[in-house]
Amino acid sequence: MPDVNSLVNEFLIKLKKRKIEGSKATAKLTAELLRSFISQKRLPHTNQAGALIDAVKAVGEELINANPVELAVGNIVRRVLHIIREEDLSLTTAAVGGLSLSAESDNEDDVDQGDHPALSAAAVAAAARSTLRPPSLQTLLEDMPHSAAVPQTSSSGGDSEGKSKSADKNLMTRKLKHNVIEAVNELIQDISTCHELIAEQAVEHIHQNEVILTLGSSRTVTEFLCAAKEKKRSFRVFVAEGAPRYQGHALAKELAARGLQTTVITDSAVFAMISRVNMVIVGAHAVMANGGVIAPVGLNMVALAAQRHAVPFVVLAGVHKLCPLYPHNPEVLLNELKSPSELLDFGEFSDCLDFGCGSGSPLLHVVNPAFDYVPPNLVSLFITDTGGHNPSYMYRLLTDYYSPDDLVVRRRSTS
Amino acid sequence: MVAKKGGNRGVGGEDAEEELKRDRLQAILLADSFATKFRPITLERPKVLLPLVNVPMIDYTLAWLESAGVEEVFVFCCAHSKQVIDYLKNSKWFGQPNFSVSTIESHNSMSAGDALRLIYERHVISGDFILVTGDTVSNMPLTLALKEHKERRRKDNNAVMTIVITQSKPCSITNQSRLGMEELFMAIDPDTKQLLYYEDKADDLKGTISLDKGLLMDKTSISLHNDKQDCYIDICSPEVLSLFTDNFDYQHLRRHFVKGLLVDDIMGYKIFTHEIHSSYAARIDNYRGYDTISKDIIQRWTYPLVPDVQFFGNCATKLERRGMYRASEVGLSRSAQIGPFTVIGNGTSIGSNTEISDSVVGEGCIIGSNVSIDGCYIWNNVTIEDGCKLKHAIVCDGVIMKSGAGLEPGVVLSFKVVVGQQFTVPAYSKVSLLQQPVKQDSDEELEYADNSRGVIGIPSISNTPEKLNEQFSTKLSDSQRQTVSEVGNGGVGFIWSHGEGGHEEEWRHSVAPIPADRLVEIIKTATDELEISNRDGNVLPPSGELEPDSVDNDSDEDVRDDYAYFEKEVEATFLRAVHENVTEDHVILEVNSLRLSYNLTSTDCASALFYSMMKLALDTPHDTPGELVKNFATAITKWQKLLKYYLTSIDEEIEVILKFEEMCLESTKEYSPLFVQVLHLLYDKDVIQEEAILNWAAEKEEADESDKLFLKQAEKFIQWLNEASEEED
Repeated sequence: MPDVNSLVNEFLIKLKKRKIEGSKATAKLTAELLRSFISQKRLPHTNQAGALIDAVKAVGEELINANPVELAVGNIVRRVLHIIREEDLSLTTAAVGGLSLSAESDNEDDVDQGDHPALSAAAVAAAARSTLRPPSLQTLLEDMPHSAAVPQTSSSGGDSEGKSKSADKNLMTRKLKHNVIEAVNELIQDISTCHELIAEQAVEHIHQNEVILTLGSSRTVTEFLCAAKEKKRSFRVFVAEGAPRYQGHALAKELAARGLQTTVITDSAVFAMISRVNMVIVGAHAVMANGGVIAPVGLNMVALAAQRHAVPFVVLAGVHKLCPLYPHNPEVLLNELKSPSELLDFGEFSDCLDFGCGSGSPLLHVVNPAFDYVPPNLVSLFITDTGGHNPSYMYRLLTDYYSPDDLVVRRRSTS
Repeated sequence: MVAKKGGNRGVGGEDAEEELKRDRLQAILLADSFATKFRPITLERPKVLLPLVNVPMIDYTLAWLESAGVEEVFVFCCAHSKQVIDYLKNSKWFGQPNFSVSTIESHNSMSAGDALRLIYERHVISGDFILVTGDTVSNMPLTLALKEHKERRRKDNNAVMTIVITQSKPCSITNQSRLGMEELFMAIDPDTKQLLYYEDKADDLKGTISLDKGLLMDKTSISLHNDKQDCYIDICSPEVLSLFTDNFDYQHLRRHFVKGLLVDDIMGYKIFTHEIHSSYAARIDNYRGYDTISKDIIQRWTYPLVPDVQFFGNCATKLERRGMYRASEVGLSRSAQIGPFTVIGNGTSIGSNTEISDSVVGEGCIIGSNVSIDGCYIWNNVTIEDGCKLKHAIVCDGVIMKSGAGLEPGVVLSFKVVVGQQFTVPAYSKVSLLQQPVKQDSDEELEYADNSRGVIGIPSISNTPEKLNEQFSTKLSDSQRQTVSEVGNGGVGFIWSHGEGGHEEEWRHSVAPIPADRLVEIIKTATDELEISNRDGNVLPPSGELEPDSVDNDSDEDVRDDYAYFEKEVEATFLRAVHENVTEDHVILEVNSLRLSYNLTSTDCASALFYSMMKLALDTPHDTPGELVKNFATAITKWQKLLKYYLTSIDEEIEVILKFEEMCLESTKEYSPLFVQVLHLLYDKDVIQEEAILNWAAEKEEADESDKLFLKQAEKFIQWLNEASEEED
C-alpha cells in the first residue's frame, strides 16, 4: 500500500496543475483519497472523532486551496466530515447507556453532545439530534426507520461496554473507522451512480415530440437524454456548440450515434431558437446554497433567453455538486480564466500582442472565463439523484449532507 | 481525434506508442545560456534563477517538462552552478514521483557545444531526448511532436532532430519588438516539413538571402518563411550528441550545429520542424523577451503556468478583476491604485496614492506613498521610498530607492543597489554593485574603469559566488565611504557603460518599449530593404555564394589604396622609360597592363602619368622656379604624345587639371606658385584644350573659397582665354 502522504501530495499536485477536470472525477478521486487517508490514520484512544475530524480538516484545507475553483473538492471534504460526525453520533448515542462515555463525550467540543442528558433511551437521543438541526423533509421521512434501528445496536453495544472499557475502546476505534469507511464507500458509490439515478427520472420530464435545448456537453445531460430515448420517447435536441471549447460538437455526434434527432446551433443563435424549445436541460459545475448555479460559460445567456420565452430551465446536478456555500462568498465567485489560446491562435495575433512599442501595454486583451453564474430566479428546477427540487429548497437539502460546523474548512488553531 | 488517426494507421501506430511508453523520456536542460545579455544581473545570479513573474525561470521549464511527460531531466549547470544546484536541492523537484531531476556540473564549458560533449561523455542519454534551455516557457504537449519524430526516425535513420517552431506575424517590426530577436528566415519542405535553410542573422543580409540551387533541383516545392519563430525546443536523437563530439568546433546550437548540418550534406543528416499552433512556447533571450513573456504569462497564454495556479512552489495568488493578481497577504493602502495586469507578491506593502500599472512586484517589498510604477519588474525585498518614479525598469532583490529617486525607461538595477535621494538614473543604464568587467580591446572602457576607482577588481563570469561575495563586501564598504557616488547622494553602485554598440543597441534589448522615433526608423529601414530586394529581386547571385553588399561600402578605401600603388608603379615605369629610352608605345603597353591589373580607368592613367612627369621635372636639379618650369617644359614636350594618348576627352583633361591642383596642394608644393605658368604651358603644347580649362573654371566657380586658390591665380589666364574665344567667334 503506498504511503498516504505521497498519495495526498500527488493528488495535490494534480489539482494544482489542473490535471483533473470535471467535478465528478474530482469528487470521486477526493473521496477515494480521503478513504485511504482515514483507513491509514492512527487514532488516539480518546476523542477519536475529534482527532479524525481535525486530521481530515487539515488535509481538506490543503486540497481546497490547491484548486479553490473546483468546488467539488470542498464538497466532498465536508461530506466526509459530516459522515464522521454522524457515525460518531450514532455510536455515542448507541453506547450512551454507560456513564463513562458521557464523560468522554464532554471532551468532544465539536460534537454537540456535551449538554445531552445521559438518558438511556437511544431513540430520544436520535430525536434530540434531529431537533438540533432544522428538520428537513428527507430527515423526517428517513429518521423513522433509522431511529428504530438504533436501539438494537445500542443494546449490543451497551452489553460489551459494561464488561470491559478498554476492550470497548478498541472496538469503538475500529468501529468508528470502519463505519466511516463504509459510509465513504457509499458516498463513492453514490457519486458513480448519480448519472443513472438522474437519468432514471428522464421520462418524467421529457415528453413526446418535445424540443430540448442544451449547451456544451455534460455527461449527466447525455445520459439523461439517452435514457429518455431508450424509453421510446421521440424528441429533438438542439445543441449549442459551447464556444470556445466546442464540446457541443462531440455531444451532437454522440446523440446522433444513439439515434436522436439532433441540431447543432451556434451559441449566438440560442435566442433565435429558444421560442421553438420546450425545455432547456443543462449540466452545472456547482450548485450553491441559494440555488444559484456555477455553470459553463454561456449558460447565463441561455437562462435569460429561456426566462424571456417562459421555457423551463432545468439543471441536472449530482449531489456532489451541491455546495453549502453562498455565492456572495468571494472564494466562490472565483472564476477560472483559461488560456486565450482557446479563442485565438497565438501566432495569428502575435503582432497585436506587441509590448515593444507604444506604451508597453498591448491594446488587445483576451479573456476566457470558464464559468458563468446563473442566479436562482432563472432556474426552474434542479434534478439531483434524490429527485427534482426547487431552487429555494436547496439550502434545506444541503442540511442533509453537510454539518454547519464544516462550512469553513480550516484547521483549528492548537489553542 | 489524434488517437483515431493513429488507429487508422494500424499496427505500426500502436508499435510506436508502445515504443514511446517503453523508453524513459529524457530531457537535457541547459541551465546556462552561454550569453551575457542579462548582465550585470547574471554576474551575481544565474539567469535560470531570475524570477519571471515571481517564479524562477527554471521552474517554468521543469514544470512544463514534467507535465509534458518527461521522466528524467539532466540539468546542466555551468555558471553559478552551485547556486543552481542548491536551489534545486531545496526545491521540491528532487524526489518527485515519476520525475527525476539530476544535475551535471561543469566549470569550464564555454558553450552549448561543450555542454553536450560533456553529457555525451557521461553516457546518460539512452534514447531520444528533449533539448531545452532553462529559460524556456511553454505549455505545449510533446506527444505529437515526439510521435512524428519517432515515425520519421523509423523510416529514415538520418532524421536526427526536430525543432519546434511557432507562427509569428511577419510584420516588419514584430521580430524586433516582441522578443528582441533578429528576423529569422527558414526554408521548409512543405510536404515533409524538412528544414532546408536557417538564417537567424537575416538583418545583416540587407534583404537578400540566397538558397543553394541544389535544393530546388531535389525538391518539388520549397516554402520560404519569415513568419516563423524558433522556440528553441528540440527533440533530438542520441546521434546529436555524438555529432557534437565529432565536430568539436560546434559551439552554438543554431549557428553552428543546425547550419552545419544543413550545409554539410555529406553525412545526409536531416532536421525537421514541428509547428505548434495553439500552445505557447518561447525562450527568454534578452530583457525585451523577459518583458514580453512576463506579459504573456500575465495574460494567461501560458495557462496553466500562470500566477494564480500553483504549478510549482509559488504562493497562493488570486486573480482579481481587470487582470490583477494579488497574493494573500498584501498591505495595500486604500488610496493606492493598482492598475490592470499587475502582480503583487506576498508580504508586500504599498503606501497611499501610489499608482502601479503593468508591473510585477515581488515578495516582501515596501513601497512608499506617492510612488508611480509603470511597466516595471520589481523583485523581492525591494524598498522604494516616497515619491519615486519608475518607468519600464528591472529592479533586483534588495534594492533601495531613496525618496524622490527616479528610473527612466530601460534601467536595470542589479542586486542591492542603492539609488540616492532625488537622483534620476538615466535611460538604458545598468547599475550594479560590481564593476563592469573590462575588455582589453576597448580603450573607452579601460578609461572608464580608471576614472572611477584607483584599484580595480575585475570580477569575471568564471568567478565562483564565494569569491564574488568577498569582493562584494570590500566594495560595499569602499563605496559607502564615497559620499557622492555615481547613483546620487548616498547611493551605492556603478553605472555600467554601454557596450560597443552604445545606445544604438541598448534600446533593442531593454524592457522599455521601443521609442516612437526608433520604430519609425525600423519601419523605414525595413521598407528600404524591401525596395532594395525588389530591385535586386531578379539578379540573385547565381553562384549560391553570398555576395555581401558590404564590399561596396569598403571599396572607397580600397580604391584609394589601389590608386596609390598604381601611381607608384606608373611612376617607376615612366622613370625607367626616361632613363632607358624606352619608346612611347612600350610605355603605353606597360601602363595599359597596369591599368588592367589594378582595374582602373584611362583617366587614372592620365593623372598618374602626369604626376610622374611633374615628379621627374621636380627631381631634375633646378635652382629657381623658372628652371623648374623649364624642366617641366622639356619633359612635357618629350612625353606629350604619351600623355595625349590617355587624354581622349575633355573629362580626362579636367581630371588632369584637378590632379595638378591636388599635387600643388599636397605632394609637390613647389609648383603652387607656378600654377598658371604650367597651365599655360600645357595649353600651349596642346596637352590641354581651352574648353577643358574653361570647364574646370566653371566647375570650381561653385566650390568653397579655400578651393578657389588656384582659380584666382589662373583668373587672368582664363579671362584671356575667354576673350580669345570671343574674338574667334
